[in-house]
Amino acid sequence: MPILTITLFLPLLGTLVVLFLPAHDPARIRRVTLAFAGLTFLSSLAILSYFDFGRREIQLLEEAAWIPAIGVQYKVGVDSMSLALAILTTLLTLLSVVYSLRVEERVKEYNLLFLLLETGMLGVFFSLDFFLFYVFWELTLVPMYFLIGIWGGPRREYAAIKFFLYTLVGSLAMLLAILLLYFHLPPGERTFDVLRILEARPLAGTGLLAQLAFWGFFLSFAIKVPMWPFHTWLPDAHVEAPTAGSVILAAILLKLGTYGFVRFSLPLFPEIFQQHASLVATLAVIGIIYGALVAMAQQDLKKLVAYSSVNHMGYVMLAVAAAAAARGRPELAGPAATALNGAVLEMLAHGVITGALFLIVGVIYDYRTHTRGVEDFGGLWAVLPKYGAVTITAMFASLGLPGLMGFVAEFLIFVGSFAILPVHTALAAIGIIVTAAFFLWTIQRIFLGPTNPRWGNLPDLDRREAWSLVPLVILMIVFGVYPRPLVEFINLSTMQVMQLVGLVR
Amino acid sequence: MNGADLRWLVPELVVGTLALLLLVVDLFLPQERKSVVGGLGILGLSVAGVGAARVLRDLGGLGAAGVRILWDTYTVDPFGVYFKLVAVVATALVILVGMDFFPRYTAYAGEAYAMLVFNCLGLMLMASSSELITLLVSIELVSLTSYLLAGYLKGNPKSNEAGVKYFLYGAATTGVMAYGFSLLYGATGSTSLYDIAGKLGQLGPVGALGLGMALAGFGFKISMVPFHQWTPDVYEGAPTPVSAYLSVGPKAAGFAALLRTLLVAVPPESLDWRLLMAVLSALSMTVGNLLALPQRNIKRMLAYSSISHAGFMLIAVAAAPSAWARPALLVYVGAYLFTNLGAFFAALVASWSTGSDEIPDFAGLSQRAPGVALAMALFMLSLTGIPPTAGFFGKYYLFSAAVDAGLLWLAVVGVLNSVVSLYYYVGVIRALYLMSPTREVSVSVPRGAGWALVLTALGTLALGVAPQPFVTLIQSAQRLLAGF
Repeated sequence: MPILTITLFLPLLGTLVVLFLPAHDPARIRRVTLAFAGLTFLSSLAILSYFDFGRREIQLLEEAAWIPAIGVQYKVGVDSMSLALAILTTLLTLLSVVYSLRVEERVKEYNLLFLLLETGMLGVFFSLDFFLFYVFWELTLVPMYFLIGIWGGPRREYAAIKFFLYTLVGSLAMLLAILLLYFHLPPGERTFDVLRILEARPLAGTGLLAQLAFWGFFLSFAIKVPMWPFHTWLPDAHVEAPTAGSVILAAILLKLGTYGFVRFSLPLFPEIFQQHASLVATLAVIGIIYGALVAMAQQDLKKLVAYSSVNHMGYVMLAVAAAAAARGRPELAGPAATALNGAVLEMLAHGVITGALFLIVGVIYDYRTHTRGVEDFGGLWAVLPKYGAVTITAMFASLGLPGLMGFVAEFLIFVGSFAILPVHTALAAIGIIVTAAFFLWTIQRIFLGPTNPRWGNLPDLDRREAWSLVPLVILMIVFGVYPRPLVEFINLSTMQVMQLVGLVR
Repeated sequence: MNGADLRWLVPELVVGTLALLLLVVDLFLPQERKSVVGGLGILGLSVAGVGAARVLRDLGGLGAAGVRILWDTYTVDPFGVYFKLVAVVATALVILVGMDFFPRYTAYAGEAYAMLVFNCLGLMLMASSSELITLLVSIELVSLTSYLLAGYLKGNPKSNEAGVKYFLYGAATTGVMAYGFSLLYGATGSTSLYDIAGKLGQLGPVGALGLGMALAGFGFKISMVPFHQWTPDVYEGAPTPVSAYLSVGPKAAGFAALLRTLLVAVPPESLDWRLLMAVLSALSMTVGNLLALPQRNIKRMLAYSSISHAGFMLIAVAAAPSAWARPALLVYVGAYLFTNLGAFFAALVASWSTGSDEIPDFAGLSQRAPGVALAMALFMLSLTGIPPTAGFFGKYYLFSAAVDAGLLWLAVVGVLNSVVSLYYYVGVIRALYLMSPTREVSVSVPRGAGWALVLTALGTLALGVAPQPFVTLIQSAQRLLAGF
């Protein structure tokens, strides 16, 4: 059974179904959307039952001719990294749809766009053809533009177009890089097949062109991650987007960038990446410290969470740069593997944790206080015990408290990177301290201290909110306490990447 | 010339006869039944389209790149036939919309259809002319009917202005081009592109001057910088279906004639025009885009955007030695045909609903006319080059050609311009979807325009999602008869 194709196109089918439902019956639209999001989630879990846990290569390949005349095909497959990210995608889309059950404005378009977005994101993780990959990569832009632009906050139009423009610059740079790869294959063998291109490395030894192609990919991925100094779209987009949009942006769309680095930049340009590893690591460290410091200075809770993303994605990039720097030094293969495992785990952890944090901001802002100034609260735990517990767990997870998911990832990143890039890693530790400081300070300002009388009788989490938040909290704890199966699973793809880079046989 | 050659001319003969027939039929029809003329026009054009497809098939069976007929003045090769198909499709779609448009504003709807068909004939001749005088005459056939169509709404001052401006500008550039042709003839002793070929290299400045002046005429037709100034005024003032037509038909045929002239008469080995073309391409993209940015009137915006798209298509001309260049031009023209016609049609329907051509007045149209708004959004994304649309596929081909020809810098200019263009294309989407309606509007989409929108939208999507059949067509249609 073509399980990947089914998972990939179920949401698109849902989009079409919703498109033809009458707009005046929002309840039905919500039910249908929920059903499709749920089915997609189940379908993505079902992939696990087909997955061969004994193999590290990309597997479950499904192929079909698409535009054979120019070597473009429909080809999808997964390894453990893309499968884990795909499941994260379907889970968070489902939870976002659950959370959005209360959205009242233009319900049909809203739900339709979420499903379309889901197909785009899954396509990026599944694609094994650069042309197809590019199509899905761009497909994620349009729905997100509308989600920010229509249902966003006061500065939504500005934020939406900024997001669109920034990402398009990167995408097109990547398109040129892809074309460079394509045209450096021998004329008879030109193909966009990712696996073939990874094997052939057509630009190896071309000097300047290979450099250009590397930076083309780099620009695209770095804007998406976002790395400092390409991050300026992020605070706008995250803050103005509607809650569920911020969740998807932070939890999944940012991962497209880091996924690209691990999947393409590392194995395609190992020499060049190694050459620039310390520059990339420096940018990552600046992002880590800058993100943490700016987050600390925020009054707006949503902005605070947004900047904490800049910080956390910096950890991922530090680890990727460390793995790149280790090339050609067999004694560092172990630390490089640890760092890469940490990077992928951090992608998942950040998805779960920051997804939850944006939902948490939404819970208090959308339907309760309509304010998210950190100073406007105080003593809220006494009023909202369940909400307080969830929030504090998520924030502890985000600051890297042992026993929660974030810790495991950051620990692996730091242990791995320190052996390879000690100075960068030591500096990055400042970020950890500042992050801990601002989250603790935030908890103190919102939940402790005297109760602000304005919020004396706020209702606690309702069922819809609990359903969207509790699964994430459970994941944080489960993978925090017992991360081993997940790390072993991720290690499969890490070994595959290491092999492509030439660090292990 | 013998009778057997006529079979290669079937599409042109059909269209020419059709134009005359429409004029006659129009005479005998009462005012309320003028739509018969339009319907007959579409029918006849369909026949011509089938004829062109058959010519393409017969040429494919011939094994040669094409045939030269009428004492070498006329070359029927797959490249030319492709542009004839484009002309026929564009004309048919414009007549389809025109049948909803012209009767509202003028009593002479029937003649408008005939004029469009005459214009179509000119486009077809342009695509195949391989001799300077034939080329000049076919360009003039296109020009004269275009002037008339641009100024067709006699009661509307803007339309009059458009017609006169177009005429004055066009007359001047035609003069320059004719002078350039005469220089080429004087220097080489022949008007046949095949005879001129190879001689130009030794001519020095005269050849370059003649070619440069000829370029003015082509540049005018494709609205290339610096021959672009007429475009916004004419597109704004002309009846919208005519603007749609001018933005696609003459532009495509202009490219066909330009590329044929350059490749046949002036192979890059003799006189290297590639850098010039690359610079003109970069200029057109950039100037068109920057001027499109501040536009509020959708027709003016689309006019400037069409200048920038001419720049994009010029990438294919500049990259001509690459095996990807000609397919890239053909793919882009095909994509642009559906997308740009669709954009103008959607603008027309939107302005019927809102009574305005100003983009901010389209605010909230997605709530009132979801279908039209969706189609418009699709066209805008396609013009930007966002997958999975035809526009993306076209740009993909263009950038491929540039990279393959070693013009990476031009591809980078194209990329930057694509990003800039996103801003004003999304401006339309922003009005349709993000802004709330400022006033009540009643939307009714007439049948012809509705069908035209559906067809162009389907074309735009199909070329992006399932382009393989189209690519097959392109691969057989890219063959151009050059040399001996």
